[in-house]
Formats: sequence, structure tokens, C-alpha cells
Amino acid sequence: MIPEIGHFALILALCVAVVQGILPIYGAAVGNSALMAVAKPAARGQFLLVLTAFCCLGYAFAEKDFSVLYVAATSNSQLPLHYRLAAIWGAHEGSLLLWTFILSLWMFAVTLFSAHLPDATRSRILGVMGLVSVGFLLFMLTVSNPFERLIPAALDGRDLNPLLQDPGMVIHPPMLYMGYVGFSVAFAFAIAALLGGNLDAAWARWSRPWTTVAWCFLTVGIAMGSGWAYYELGWGGWWFWDPVENASFMPWLAGTALVHSLAVTDKRGGFKVWTVLLAIMAFSLSLLGTFLVRSGVLTSVHAFATDPKRGLFILAFLAVVIGGSLALYAWRAPRVGLGGSFAMVSREGMLLANNVLLVAAMGSVLLGTLYPLFLDALDLGKISVGPPYFDSVFVPLMVPAIFLMGIGPLAQWKKASLPDLAKRLQWAFGVSVVTALALPVVMRNWTPLLSLGLLLAIWIVTTAVVTLRERLTHVNGNTLVERLASVPKSYWGMLVAHCGIAVFIVGVTMVKGFETEKDVRMNVGETATIGDYTFRFDGAQDVVGPNYTAARGTFSVSRDGRETTVLYPEKRRYTVQNQVMTEAAIDPGLLRDLYVSLGEPLNEGAWSVRLYHKPFVDWIWGGCFIMALGGVLAISDRRYRIAWRRQEPAVPASTRTARRKVA
Amino acid sequence: MKRLILIALLLSGPAWAGEARPLADDPAAEARLKHLAVELRCLVCQNQTLADSNAPLAEDLRREVREMIAKDMSDKEIIDFLVARYGDFVLYRPPLKATTTLLWVGPFVLLMIGATALIMTLRRRAHQVVDVPVTDEEHRRVEQLLAEGGKRS
Repeated sequence: MIPEIGHFALILALCVAVVQGILPIYGAAVGNSALMAVAKPAARGQFLLVLTAFCCLGYAFAEKDFSVLYVAATSNSQLPLHYRLAAIWGAHEGSLLLWTFILSLWMFAVTLFSAHLPDATRSRILGVMGLVSVGFLLFMLTVSNPFERLIPAALDGRDLNPLLQDPGMVIHPPMLYMGYVGFSVAFAFAIAALLGGNLDAAWARWSRPWTTVAWCFLTVGIAMGSGWAYYELGWGGWWFWDPVENASFMPWLAGTALVHSLAVTDKRGGFKVWTVLLAIMAFSLSLLGTFLVRSGVLTSVHAFATDPKRGLFILAFLAVVIGGSLALYAWRAPRVGLGGSFAMVSREGMLLANNVLLVAAMGSVLLGTLYPLFLDALDLGKISVGPPYFDSVFVPLMVPAIFLMGIGPLAQWKKASLPDLAKRLQWAFGVSVVTALALPVVMRNWTPLLSLGLLLAIWIVTTAVVTLRERLTHVNGNTLVERLASVPKSYWGMLVAHCGIAVFIVGVTMVKGFETEKDVRMNVGETATIGDYTFRFDGAQDVVGPNYTAARGTFSVSRDGRETTVLYPEKRRYTVQNQVMTEAAIDPGLLRDLYVSLGEPLNEGAWSVRLYHKPFVDWIWGGCFIMALGGVLAISDRRYRIAWRRQEPAVPASTRTARRKVA
Repeated sequence: MKRLILIALLLSGPAWAGEARPLADDPAAEARLKHLAVELRCLVCQNQTLADSNAPLAEDLRREVREMIAKDMSDKEIIDFLVARYGDFVLYRPPLKATTTLLWVGPFVLLMIGATALIMTLRRRAHQVVDVPVTDEEHRRVEQLLAEGGKRS
């Protein structure tokens, strides 16, 4: 009964979405406010309906209803409750439901925070989001229904893939999808502006916080996925340039370009045409990512060709969304004004150059991800495009981007002078070069890449210091604290996010340059030393988990004769799918991680063991979280709060001008 | 007697056991294997390097590479041998040839196109745009619209 309610709720949601996608947009075109007024209640109604469907599926999982095909395929009676609930997005059908649910959640958020938007704009935005929702609901209801019944019911489920039975699974996909789908808001804003022909600075001001929030979610989502791979896969890597990872990284690159381009459109009215294109691009890449991951085309082009229903649907949907929006763009964009003039050497110019680099990097990732698929589809041979390729094309594109990242915030709008910039940045440059060359020598492991990485990281930090110092001379306040406090939050956000990149680069560089690993055969009581740490193997015991049995090793770690920690890596065998998983044990630290994973049991209680000493590895994810924190700081800026405040109290004109100056 | 005590101490359990042995017999060969294996694909896995994979076939292939290292074959000879047997699919760094030219030059062509388009647009723009008559006005409009919206709801 409950699954049928869910199914029915999805059908109703589709009906509402169709109405929401047509009436308000038409109403906005003909100026009929009654039709436009449909948008808000429709979006909220759709949210409630999809929420109902989502809860119904959750209930089916919680109650172990194995008469639902999807539940039987992705869970098992022994699976703990939190993983049964996370199994909602454990495979294809449920992921789509999560996608749609999050889309309706964003729609709901738009209805809440759009009181200040003109009616026509709001109706168009919600209408466009409704149309996107139509596509996904239709997809679910026609070719991948999560509520499909299995009659007779299975006695027990086939279990969730053991790889996914991890706390990361509970939190990573929702975060990632919040980011993916969040770009739909920026997309809808852009399409609405194209439809209405009001592509002005107000449009940029409105889309900016939405885009930044989506970008923050995506950043955190990708970081969590990477961290999950690091500890779950058991061989200590954190990024594999896997097509699935690339699928999330491409929207991130486009989104990063979009965030910067929006800043220019907001402040200077420039780049409008380009900003709209980036908004379309970011969301199209999110859709493409969904297509790549969900159609099975990645595993094998031929598997896709034998069961093409789903893939063809997404492909057609992709063609309609991307083709339609680009056609609209081509039709409307030429009428958009140009905005203010600026010289090539100016903050606008540098942001635009950075955008070109980011988009070229995105294009390379796209090329590397799709190339083997095309070659295979055209029968030109099977190739693998892996980390060596991506490293060698990505790094040369990112180095100039990061170099510009240091200069951009210091350059004046409209026109900057290179000699002047060089003068202001000379000590930052000097400090960066000297430190980057000296530090690896001090640490006795000089390589060109190590120095390059450190150079970029230190460059970002030193230029941020210069930027902040110059900014402090322009703000009011007598004491340093007062002046620090009067620097706008959005400015702090920019500095913090940039420093997050520096932290990230330090992590990547130090791990690459200084990590050590050892594959050893350890008898009980034997020791192995890596870095300054000595690991003693105290044997392995059998343990029984809720749905697995495991061998758990005990390793006492000591440094200079003092015990630092005890680590318990496991080798688990999940009973239902009879699959073996390596659960690494990690002792995280600010300056290093210690990482132990069990290999195979050898004779007489001995095990093959892999040990890693990974300096600064946590900085990789720390950097990503700092970037996201920068985003959060930026949107907490008061100028957005002013925009969002429902009831503006009567403010004297003078105060308002003063406030505008601060903003 | 002294010697007996010493033996007893030596045998008296795990605390006295020594340093663990490396899994590989020849660490130098293992380092070379690792260096090669990170750029090779495990043929039966979803997307894993030969170095990372625990699949039985990857195990076999690693053993074969070890044997080739023991036979003193050069890196190039080993890779040529693997490509002859498994095709380019085994290489994570695709070789540069007719079908992969676009793959390798693509990113830099993209960058060139982007840079050229950027410079040309900016040049053309400089002729079109006289100055900034709109910005201030636009900003006023933003404020006005935002304030209006605040009153309306």
C-alpha cells in the first residue's frame, strides 16, 4: 500500500510539474498575474508530493518490504537501519528520486526567499525549474520506477554493495546532489532572464548567493567523496580521475568560473553574455554527469547499446535542455548590452582570463572522460585515459590560473597598470620563490614539482596578505580590530576561499613529495618502521559484525619508544554478497596520517600488511572545507541579507546610502 | 648458564620478535614494479591501476612483470610486451598516435581558441563601448527593485 502511495504521489507531482512549467511562463509572457501566481503554490505542492514519495520509499526500506523490487535489490534484512535508509540512493532509481527531491527542495527554497523578486521573474524561474522536474519525473515513471513491485516478494534482499556500507554513503551523495541540482537555480535564473530580456545587474545580484550556496555544497560533496575513497578503498589514494569523479568535477570547474563571472556582472555589469553561458554550462554538465554515471555508458559502451532505454531517455533529455537553452541563448544573447568598458589589464580582464583557463581545464576533463567512449563507439580501438593524462594536461592549465588568482584581487577595475602591480607584489613574489626553493632543500627532497606546488601555495597566501593590507588602508576604523571588522564579509569570503586552495595545494604537494609506504609480511610481535613511527603487530582476531565477519588486526604504534596509538584495520567478508572489503585504520593528524591496511593472511598467523605515512594529507580535504567556508562567509555578507529581509523597516535615505557604501 | 638465559630471553615471546620482512624479496625490483604498475590498468577491474588492484588477474600480471624485471628487461620492453598482448587499453597514459592526437592536443587547442576569442572580443568591445553610462544607473535600479520587493511582500 505505502509504495503505491509513493508511486501515486510521483504521478501527481508530474501533473503539478507540468502545470508549473507551463502556466507561469505563459502568464509572464502575456502579463497575466493570475497565471503567474500559480508558480508558488505549485512549487510548494510539488515539494510536498515528492517528499511524500521519498518518505514512502524510506518507509519501504525501513520496514524491509522486499516486495518492492528496488528495496529487494539494494538492501537486506541484516543491513543496519541507517544503511537501509542510505540505500534509498544506493542505486539508479533511488538516486533519481533523490535528485528530484533535492530539485523540489531548491524550488521550495526559491519560493521562500524570492519575495523581493518581480512576479514575472519569480514565475519564470519556478516555471523553468518545473520543466526540469517534468523531465526527471517522467524518466522515473517511464523507465526507472523505484516503486516497482516484485511479485512474489523476495525472501530477503540482495544487499547494498559493501563498498557503499559506510558513513560516507549516508552524507556524501546528498551533499553532492545539493551542489549538482543547486546549479539548476542559477540555470533557471539565467533562462528566466533570457526569456524576460532583463539581463541586468539585479539579475546577477539575485543569482549570486544561490550559485555560491550550490558551489559550497558541491565543494564539500566532492571533498567527502574523495575522503571516502581514501579510507574505504584501502590503497590510500584520494583522487583517481575516475569518470565518476570527473562527472562531479566538471560542474565544479564551470561553477567556479560562474561564481567569478557573476561577481563581475554584479559589480560592473560586464560579462553578461558569458555569465549566462556559464550558468547554462554548469547545469548542463550536472545533467551530463548524471547521464554518464546513471546510463551505464561508462562501464561499457556496448552494455549501453544493448539496453538503451534509460540512456536514450537521458540523452534526449540532455539534448532538449542543452539544445533548447543554447537556442534561446543564441536568439536572445545578442540583444544584451555590453556593460562597462575595461582594458585587458584590469580586474575584469584577469577574471575573464581565469575563466578561460577554468573552462579549458573543464574541457580537458570532458575530453579525457568522453574520448575513450567515442573511440570505442566508433570501433577505433579501446584506450584508457587515466591519471598520467589528466595530470599532464591539468597542471599546466591550473598553474597560470593560480598565478592570476594572486594578482586579480589587487588589480583595479577597468584599468590596472602592470608596473604598478609588479611593484605592489614584489615582496610577495620574492618571499614565495625563496621559500619554495629553500623549503624542500631543508627537508632534503628537492624536486621541481615540489617547489612548484609550494610556490603556488605560498604565492596565494602572500598575495592574500598584501591584498588584505591594502584593503585595510581603505576602510574606516581607528584600531586594527575595528578596521578588520569593517572589511566586508564577502571580501573575507574571497580571501578565505583562496587560502583554502593554498591549503589544498600544500596537502597535494606534500603527500606526493614525502609519503612513504611499506608492504611487509608481519608475524605476531614483529615490528615495522615507517617515518618516525614503529608499528607492532599484536595479532588478528575474528570479530562478527551485523552483516559481516571480519579479521581485525591490532597494531600498536609508537614513536621514540612511547606509544602513540593503537590501530585496528579489518578485513571484512560481507556474507550476503560474499564480498571481501578492506577497512583501513587511520590515525589522522594535522601534520600526518598513519594508515594501515590488512592484505592477505599468510601462514602461522602472519599477515601481509600495507603501511603508509602520509604527511599533510588531511590538508587536502581541509582546504576544500576552507573553500566552502569562504563561500558561506561571502553569502553572509550584509548586502544579501538586506536583499532577503522581508520587511524593510523605514530607513532614512542617508542611512541607506551609507549602507550602500559599506556594501 | 648465561648463554641459556640469553636463549630463553630470545625465545620468550613476541616482545623479542624482530623487524618484519618486506613482502617482496627484492625491494629494488618492487620499486620498479610500482613505478610501472601505477601507469598500467588492471584489465578486469572497473577502473583501477595494476598497483592498487587486488584482483587475482592483477596479481598474476604483477608476477609476470616481476619476472620480466628479473630477466633484466627495460621498462620499454616490458610495456611493449604488455601492449602487444593486451592492446593500448592496458596503458593509462594513452600513446600518441593518429586516433589519439585530438586527445593530446585538444586541451591546448581549447586554450588557444579561448585566449584568441578573449583577445578578439576585448579588442572589438573596446571599439564598441564608449564608456560606462549604465553602471551607476543600474546599481540604483538594483537598490530600487530590492527595496520595492521588500515592501511588496
